[in-house]
Amino acid sequence: MSDSYIGKDVIRKEAWDKVSGRAKYNSDYSSPNLLHGVLVCSNCAHGYIKRLDYSQAVNMPGVKKILTGADYSILCGSIIQDRPPLAVGKVRYYGEPVALVIAASEAEASAAAVRVVVEYEKLPTVNSPAEAIQAGAPLVHDYLGDYKHVIPEVYPTPGTNIVHQVKIRKGDMQQGWADSVCVIEGSYLLPQADHIAMETRNARAEVLPDGQIIIHSSSQAPFGIRKQISEHFGVELGKVVVHVPLVGGAYGGKAAVQLEFLAVMASMATGGQPVMISNTREQDIMASPGKIGLEARIKLGADAKGILKAGEYTFLLGTGAYADTGPRMGNSIAMNCTGPYKIDNVWCDTYCLYTNHTYVTSFRGFGHSSLTFAVERSMDKLAAAMNMDPLELRRRNLITPGQTSPSQVMMTPSILGNVPACLDKVAKLINWDKGARIRLDNQRIKAKGLACFWKTSNSPTDAFAAAIISFNSDASINLNVGAVKIGPSTKTTLAQILAEIMQVDINKIHVEMEVNTRTSPHHWKTVASMTTFMVGRAVEEAAYDAIHQILSLAAIVLQCAPGDLHMSPGRVYYKDDPGLYVDLADIVHGYKYPNGHTIGSQIIGRGTYVMSRLSPMNKETGQGKTGPYWTPGAQAVEIELNLADYSYKILRAATVLDAGKVLNPASARGLVMGAMGMGLGLGSREYYIYDQEQTLQNSSLRTYKVLRIGEQPEYLVDWIETPHEASAFGERGLAEHGILGIHAALANALSEAAGVELDQLPVLPELIWQKRKEQQL
Amino acid sequence: MIPFDFEYYRPSSTSEAVQIFMELDAAGKNPRYYGGGTELISMARMNSLSFGAVIDIKAIPECNVLEIDNGHLMLGTTLTLTRLHESNLFPLLAQAGSRVADHTIQSKITLGGNLCGSIIYKEALLPLLLTDTEALIAGPSGMKTRQVNAIFNQSVQLEPAEFIVQLHMAEKYLALPYIHVKKTKQDKINYPLVTICALKNGQEIRVAFSGVSDFPFRCSNMEAALNERSRPIDSRVARALEVMPVRVLNNLEGSADFRRFILTNLLTSVVGSLEADAI
Amino acid sequence: MKEMLTEGLIYLNINGEVRKTLVRPADTLLFALRERLGLTGAKPGCENGDCGACTVLVDGWPVKSCLMLAVEACDHEITTIEGLNNTPIQREFVEKFAFQCGYCTPGFIMNCQGLINIHPDASDEVINEWLQSNICRCTSYEEITAAVKSALNTVNNDPVS
Repeated sequence: MSDSYIGKDVIRKEAWDKVSGRAKYNSDYSSPNLLHGVLVCSNCAHGYIKRLDYSQAVNMPGVKKILTGADYSILCGSIIQDRPPLAVGKVRYYGEPVALVIAASEAEASAAAVRVVVEYEKLPTVNSPAEAIQAGAPLVHDYLGDYKHVIPEVYPTPGTNIVHQVKIRKGDMQQGWADSVCVIEGSYLLPQADHIAMETRNARAEVLPDGQIIIHSSSQAPFGIRKQISEHFGVELGKVVVHVPLVGGAYGGKAAVQLEFLAVMASMATGGQPVMISNTREQDIMASPGKIGLEARIKLGADAKGILKAGEYTFLLGTGAYADTGPRMGNSIAMNCTGPYKIDNVWCDTYCLYTNHTYVTSFRGFGHSSLTFAVERSMDKLAAAMNMDPLELRRRNLITPGQTSPSQVMMTPSILGNVPACLDKVAKLINWDKGARIRLDNQRIKAKGLACFWKTSNSPTDAFAAAIISFNSDASINLNVGAVKIGPSTKTTLAQILAEIMQVDINKIHVEMEVNTRTSPHHWKTVASMTTFMVGRAVEEAAYDAIHQILSLAAIVLQCAPGDLHMSPGRVYYKDDPGLYVDLADIVHGYKYPNGHTIGSQIIGRGTYVMSRLSPMNKETGQGKTGPYWTPGAQAVEIELNLADYSYKILRAATVLDAGKVLNPASARGLVMGAMGMGLGLGSREYYIYDQEQTLQNSSLRTYKVLRIGEQPEYLVDWIETPHEASAFGERGLAEHGILGIHAALANALSEAAGVELDQLPVLPELIWQKRKEQQL
Repeated sequence: MIPFDFEYYRPSSTSEAVQIFMELDAAGKNPRYYGGGTELISMARMNSLSFGAVIDIKAIPECNVLEIDNGHLMLGTTLTLTRLHESNLFPLLAQAGSRVADHTIQSKITLGGNLCGSIIYKEALLPLLLTDTEALIAGPSGMKTRQVNAIFNQSVQLEPAEFIVQLHMAEKYLALPYIHVKKTKQDKINYPLVTICALKNGQEIRVAFSGVSDFPFRCSNMEAALNERSRPIDSRVARALEVMPVRVLNNLEGSADFRRFILTNLLTSVVGSLEADAI
Repeated sequence: MKEMLTEGLIYLNINGEVRKTLVRPADTLLFALRERLGLTGAKPGCENGDCGACTVLVDGWPVKSCLMLAVEACDHEITTIEGLNNTPIQREFVEKFAFQCGYCTPGFIMNCQGLINIHPDASDEVINEWLQSNICRCTSYEEITAAVKSALNTVNNDPVS
């Protein structure tokens, strides 16, 4: 084949469906006799449910059933089981589902839902992670010690709000501080925020007469749903079937299982009828899980040359009212706590804390975007304290192969990539040498900020992926994997990998877009930017499996050894004489001799991949390896600040990351820019606003603001390519990474421009004004 | 999904509209006049407002007038903000309207809707406060005319069955030098932290505000302070803020202190610009 | 006077066809399109007029169908994404990688189509003003801007297409 598919801007396979309105998402499908469930959510952040009266609602037209926490006594959670699908006894956050109204139509269910009366006896609230860890703080969970642990490595402290803690103990802190001539400290505050996938979360469930449970969901984790539903409802795993069509954005938010429990309960309560539950935008923000909050304290010590000697880190991770994946994000933050820097002496305490806020789940970056903000603001503080160029300080400390991470993983080029090359390239892109701060006139200042990042995954050590490829008689290939089709063009990239290995025309590869847990091979979850890596390896193996079968069959037909043959588009030929060949179409469903005798039948390739040599973190030292490789990178932002009103423009934003190998440049660039946009949104405007009573004030898109067109900067994106040897074609995950350091770079630039330390997000003009006022500037 | 049912009426004359309103009201149906409907639909969906009937006034010819007649600009109340912007007969109003919500919604939001809805900012009102605008009102006793400044004075002072049919302003105001400036918390599409509309009528500067307090306003004492040309601008602005008759708003968009800071800066630059020759 | 007191039949002119459907007066156009007429291209994203995913054209102008009653749309010409077929703006969205998950795409495309019809000479400022009505959470907006500019170019250079 003349052209390679690797490194090409291949257009998404489903592109035309998406521009013609034909692409179908979960709520675009209906079902005969479909009932609708509408949630009644708490308007109290912490309180006992004193009275729950649905007598008026239940007699409304069309209403089939109303469920409350009293109907099902299950507790769910993917790490620790602490969350009832509907509140039982007390509510723990504003927006918590307390009742579910099931009716013949959405209109009828909505009409009845507003007539459900709930009264609360208010309890004192836990308003932040810092408050949560105080001795004597109100307890969000009274029976923390009784909860079942889904994984052994979760360490709650009953009688407190600490649901998990992680430690990193590396080197000798005393020595580290003794070697330091400059020590800085900083405190950082990142409020909770929301995913804002444009498709709100929704699920439909139906219980068949034979007990099978059929679920259709907008989810990143169909296999996770199947496992949890099977366990909690006591139904054999194989009798639960989860379908996931195209998903309208997720960013981690659709990896949690929430509405699926409610839909199954609703179907069970109505004789097995299909029931649809679809979040309104307000519910999606307040009732379904969001992004972690983080309060961080970092103390860094460096020697006279600016070489980091010691790092002490305290992270208070706000997981909201329930744990979900909060503890795992705590691990993730601790494991990479230093950022991509070499520090021999590291002390880190990470606490995952309950508060009376909306609970959290994975969010693009899995804790790393919050971590990176704290680390990179600290690096700028250290640079300022040492009177060093922030670029130079970073350069002197970047981690390189032969050194170890905080969790003591020995770095190699394949595992780590090339961080210094990323930083150098990003400095060029943003013209760092032309000055970090330029006064334009008496009102306007232009400034730049830098940040470096790294991320690896924190997945179960036995997480695996699989792929099945089957041939049609025209030699086209069906590719079937368990990964969900969300935004990244993963399935197109997988087709590129398959086309490249099998030397077939990519248009002859048909990718199954939907996931069906009964017919799709297993895949852990479509998260952590690991899909192209894990499923890519499975596809690679499936391709080699199919090639082996094809060559073996062709060898019989062509009367030679399989090794004498070569695959080319559409045919298999004899290496010594390409004129001797057999068409693929003549063998992929078996070869039929002129006399009718047939050998072989359909070629079906299979492949699986499990990540190797991973281990959980040690409870006392944090030692362990939870991801196969890192994707590192560097970012820069240039802003223009107006001193008259502290409004600012984000002029340019740059990212260089080590992508291993860029498989589809246009898609990769789009993912990185999109993640940068999301990060700049978090940096400049996105956050949950709570009042005194811990009522969420901005649960609509009118008040929860995201970046809109014209507010984006000029984007500069480039790559370093240091192969990850274990990946298909050497690629590294990159779908999340554009978000990781971008708000740190933004805050660094704004701090430089405004002359004050901006250590919390989002950086609003009013914050800059307030900080300057405090310092009487 | 709106969690309740209501009836829909589309009268073709003002008298028909008022009559059906009275009948529905008497029948206890809690009717609402309906223009663009953007606020009624979204508040109804949230169940923060309920009503038994809506009376869509968009089919009433008088409500759609857009013309200059006898030295006056006549604006029908159901003209959309987009229509006002595209026609650009009153540039200050066009500009103020073009910063309400977003562009797509502006082709649904009507002038009357922006004025009479429950959202406190009513940014399209500011140009009307500056131009001695009169409102033609339909009500149980027929048609009448009232000053906009009198209707929109700390609250909307209309009887339940009344609705604004048209707004009339003298043509002479339309071409006067003006400034519209809107500052938000961060995003372009947002409620105002402070919005200022200002006109220069001869040597006199007129100013109206939204976002500063819980109702848009214009204040003669503030204008008197601002127009005292013998004093430097800074001190005039400071004086204007001293006599400002409202309590500064403190909400999600910003604190009262920050609003005061923004207001001071904006007002200084607005007055400075209007007094400069450039405008 | 026209009136609709309770659930009943209405006629809507959609994509050049007259379609009959049953709605409540309180049903939005978005609901009627999706749940009654099977036109699921317009998406619910907020049902509050904030996100633009449900944008359709009404008499050529972009309208957020979540903020229009179905009954209000009678006597108007409605165009939904299903009414576009291989238009320049659709082609440019594909070519410029102007979407990822695709959920906001029909709404964005309809807004762009309205802009192309009404202001084929749109400046950058006008493009931004119009498209700020829609939210895309996946892309950086750079791709969408490139797509609409390119489509405007195509239309201006070859009005037949």
